[in-house]
Amino acid sequence: MLGKSILKRIDWLTVLFYLMLVAIGWLNIYSSTFTDAEPSVFNFSALHGKQLFFIGTSFVAIVVILALEASFFERFSSVFYTISILLLLGLFIFGKTIAGATSWYDLGFFNLQPSELAKVGTALALAKYLSDIQTDIKRRKDQLYSFLIILIPAILIVPQPDPGSALVFFALSFVIFREGLPLYYLGIAFLAVLVFVTTLMFGTTWVSIVIILLIVMFFILKKKRFKIPVLPLITFAVVAILFSLSVNFVFNNVFEQRHRDRFSLWLRLEKDPAKLEQIRKTIGYNTYQSEKAIESGGFFGKGFLEGTRTKGDFVPEQHTDYIFSTVGEEWGFVGTATVVLLFTLMLLRLVYLAERQKNSFSRMYGYGVISILLIHYFINIGMVIGVLPTIGIPLPFFSYGGSGLLFFTILLFIFLKLDTNRLKEGI
Amino acid sequence: MKKILLSSIIVIIGITFLGRLSYLQIFSFSPDQVMEDPAIKAIYDYPERGYIYDRNGKLLVGNDPAYDVMVIPREVRALDTLEFCTLLGVPKEKFIKELKKARIYSPRLPSVLVPQLSKQDYARLQEKMRHYKGFYIQKRSLRYYDTNSAANVLGYISEVNERDLARNPYFKQGELTGRIGIEKVYEEILRGRKGVQYIQKDRFNRDIGPYKDGQLDTLPEQGKEIHITIDKVLQEYGERLMHGKHGGIVAIEPATGEILSMISGPTYDPSLLVGRERSHNYSKLHYDSISKPLFDRSISFEKAPGSPFKTLNALVALQEGAITPSTSIGCSGGFYIGRSKKGCHCGGGTRNLNSGIYNSCNAYFVGVYRKIFDVFPSMGEGMDAWEKHMESFGLGGYLGSDLHTGRRGRIPNRAMYDKWYGAKRWSASTTYSNAIGQGEVAVTPLQLANMTAAIANRGHFYTPHILKKVEGKDIDNPQFTEARHTTIDKKHFEPVVQGMADVYNHGTARWVQVPDIAIAGKTGTVENFMKIDGVKTQLTDNSVFVAFAPVDNPKIAIAVYIENGYYGSRYAGHIASLMIEKYIKGKITRTDLEQRMLEKTLEHEYAKPYSGEEFKINVRAW
Repeated sequence: MLGKSILKRIDWLTVLFYLMLVAIGWLNIYSSTFTDAEPSVFNFSALHGKQLFFIGTSFVAIVVILALEASFFERFSSVFYTISILLLLGLFIFGKTIAGATSWYDLGFFNLQPSELAKVGTALALAKYLSDIQTDIKRRKDQLYSFLIILIPAILIVPQPDPGSALVFFALSFVIFREGLPLYYLGIAFLAVLVFVTTLMFGTTWVSIVIILLIVMFFILKKKRFKIPVLPLITFAVVAILFSLSVNFVFNNVFEQRHRDRFSLWLRLEKDPAKLEQIRKTIGYNTYQSEKAIESGGFFGKGFLEGTRTKGDFVPEQHTDYIFSTVGEEWGFVGTATVVLLFTLMLLRLVYLAERQKNSFSRMYGYGVISILLIHYFINIGMVIGVLPTIGIPLPFFSYGGSGLLFFTILLFIFLKLDTNRLKEGI
Repeated sequence: MKKILLSSIIVIIGITFLGRLSYLQIFSFSPDQVMEDPAIKAIYDYPERGYIYDRNGKLLVGNDPAYDVMVIPREVRALDTLEFCTLLGVPKEKFIKELKKARIYSPRLPSVLVPQLSKQDYARLQEKMRHYKGFYIQKRSLRYYDTNSAANVLGYISEVNERDLARNPYFKQGELTGRIGIEKVYEEILRGRKGVQYIQKDRFNRDIGPYKDGQLDTLPEQGKEIHITIDKVLQEYGERLMHGKHGGIVAIEPATGEILSMISGPTYDPSLLVGRERSHNYSKLHYDSISKPLFDRSISFEKAPGSPFKTLNALVALQEGAITPSTSIGCSGGFYIGRSKKGCHCGGGTRNLNSGIYNSCNAYFVGVYRKIFDVFPSMGEGMDAWEKHMESFGLGGYLGSDLHTGRRGRIPNRAMYDKWYGAKRWSASTTYSNAIGQGEVAVTPLQLANMTAAIANRGHFYTPHILKKVEGKDIDNPQFTEARHTTIDKKHFEPVVQGMADVYNHGTARWVQVPDIAIAGKTGTVENFMKIDGVKTQLTDNSVFVAFAPVDNPKIAIAVYIENGYYGSRYAGHIASLMIEKYIKGKITRTDLEQRMLEKTLEHEYAKPYSGEEFKINVRAW
């Protein structure tokens, strides 16, 4: 009986989006890893065959999650979190190194990536902490603890090194904002990024001039009605200009050349064609090749299994982080727009689901899920199409990788399970 | 606010992505990227270039296999360099240098190490080749010449340059194209069409199979064989006669306009421009600035025609009714222009059309020329009519032949004289040199031969051309198969032809008669000048001769132009008569004359202007 009622109550729209993304993702993995010699779909020694196995495993996980009590996840959230942290710590001793990063446990048939598990664990733990009756997000102490929950796994992941995954955890701060952290924190962070980027592009002088002009305009426009907060405004300007100066210092002295190259490629800072060519061949090779592959797809694409750059393996890591370039080359704008729309609709649907939760744990966990999915989607596609600098994180449900697919599925379906319970336990 | 924040961010990100994607995939996209795609490599299959035969089916140009030694530097293993170099026939230093160059170009891709081995070298190398890892032999096809003449007609092929690449997208770097001559004009027929095979590559440039299963691949289309109008025997013979002489010979079959031979002297062996020594030989030919062997004197050489031009003036005068064949003009061993007396070699006496032609009387033709203009109310109108008649013989403009190059020549006209002297400030006396083919008139040997063919046909000619058959099928291009009529009525030709026949019977060429062949001809002795250290100096006269034979049923019309050959029958007349005899009889009866023409050279004449010393011209002694 439980199974049947679950099937009635689960949000089928989200499930549909999920299935479509997984299906499209697998087709593209098949295309980017397939060879004429091994065309069989069920070939478990080929990567697309392995991915098919992981998809099956994920479906098993879905059944298990839906069968469990909804309250299980809330009750055991701190256990999940603790296990995640322990596993991350364990990597320093037992970790397996692949491509320079010690991020995996070798389980023989499968490499487990605990940072993926930690995303689920942290989302659960953060929701649990914030929904606790004793937590008041307006208090500095509680703000600090919430941030610590996010920071601990992030700090453990950075030295693997996997700064991309560590970045994902900061996306969880959305949850804290949603629950009442003042928005000006976000505003300041946004301004800092803005000053950073504009300084690199136009230099400190121009940024200072614009800041001063803005303040002067503010004075002129608001003179009559408001009392001017002179001191804070001036402080703000001075801090901004000092920050702008420090950007230059950090960029030139703290960053390594490869970081500088990534930024100069992203912000189109390099004008010298010879140097640009050099960057394209080295640090910017991936981005350049993936942009070219996407561009060559045109409106309708070259057709399934017809992508010449995909077949020629011109885009490195194409089946993992750069899977979206396969979509671009073989399915054209039609394909890429479809994928972007699917992600957008799915995320909007999840926002709607989260907002309708009466249980604050479910809602906050929902926000956690959205934040994690959104940041992956944003950074990954942004990187592949060249609007963001290179940060290696996978595209959810899409990229090749067992841990990734499995834990994104678990992450999503725990929320869908919680959603099925919203009326039953709406305390 | 907080509720819609996240939704707004999601939507903004979506819009940003769609914007960027439409920029990349819709606005930056260009459909012809396939050729620039690094993942697709085109491999070409070159068809064999078409063979070239002469009018009688004798082979002129074929193909010969050549063997390039290729190297893939990455695969080269330690080897006995000295032994290998001996096998290849290259010095060790050169071998090491070339190998280094190949490695710099690409360690993975094949480069040519030693180009164009001969068959002999290849045979020696073939068996040992497998001992040398990373080297292999690639077969190519090179032009092979079954004659050492006709270089100016056949032309040569060479690698395409930047201009060819820009002009014709068919070409790819390193391919060959006809550069001059037949090879250039009939490039597309001879070349055929290369086949292409698209190969899918990976990022290490390794082949991973055919692109789109070979749907876009094409098979090569063989080059077509052609027959040209040249008579190989006559061409070779003419070049032997031309030995040591500068000038041009063009022979045309009047009934068709087919060019029987087209000789430029000095010339070169076409085989020089093939193979390993090609560029070395080319520079040698190119920098020979005195004899200019690459300059085709048969079609690109514009000079005053001299006396053969008189026949045209006679025809114009007859057509305009200025004279009749019996109109007589006295010659006092010269004629007067204003108060100054100009000389004439004819011996003096009363001349009519017939004797005017066979004695080549200057006084007679200056008189005829004046009479032409007397018919017209003004000099200008007379000049317009005269120009029109001359141009109808294919002079003063491109003939429209299928040769790769050519010159217009020059027929002076009213506008030109108006500019030189001012309107109405010139007259027949000012321009009298037109009467005798000196001065402003300029023609190429090809035009001269064509003009002779028009006289031989009594009033029409076919545009001279060089292509006879493609794949055994006669050409049907109306440009070459339809007659072009001159503005002179047929009836006026007979007296002029009779005059030309009498040139042989008892005129200026009576010493060069050919037994059993009735020839009509006209000698020409053209004064010529050159600036030496800024001083205009007269050189030995150019020897000119035009002829056609037999008179009643012309098989050949020929023009011979020998620089500094002195009077018309001295070199040009003899050579023309030998050519006619060779063509019509197939053998030469006057062997001592032949011997003399083959052996005598004019190198001493050509050396004179560069000797820096005083010299005599028009020396009668052989």
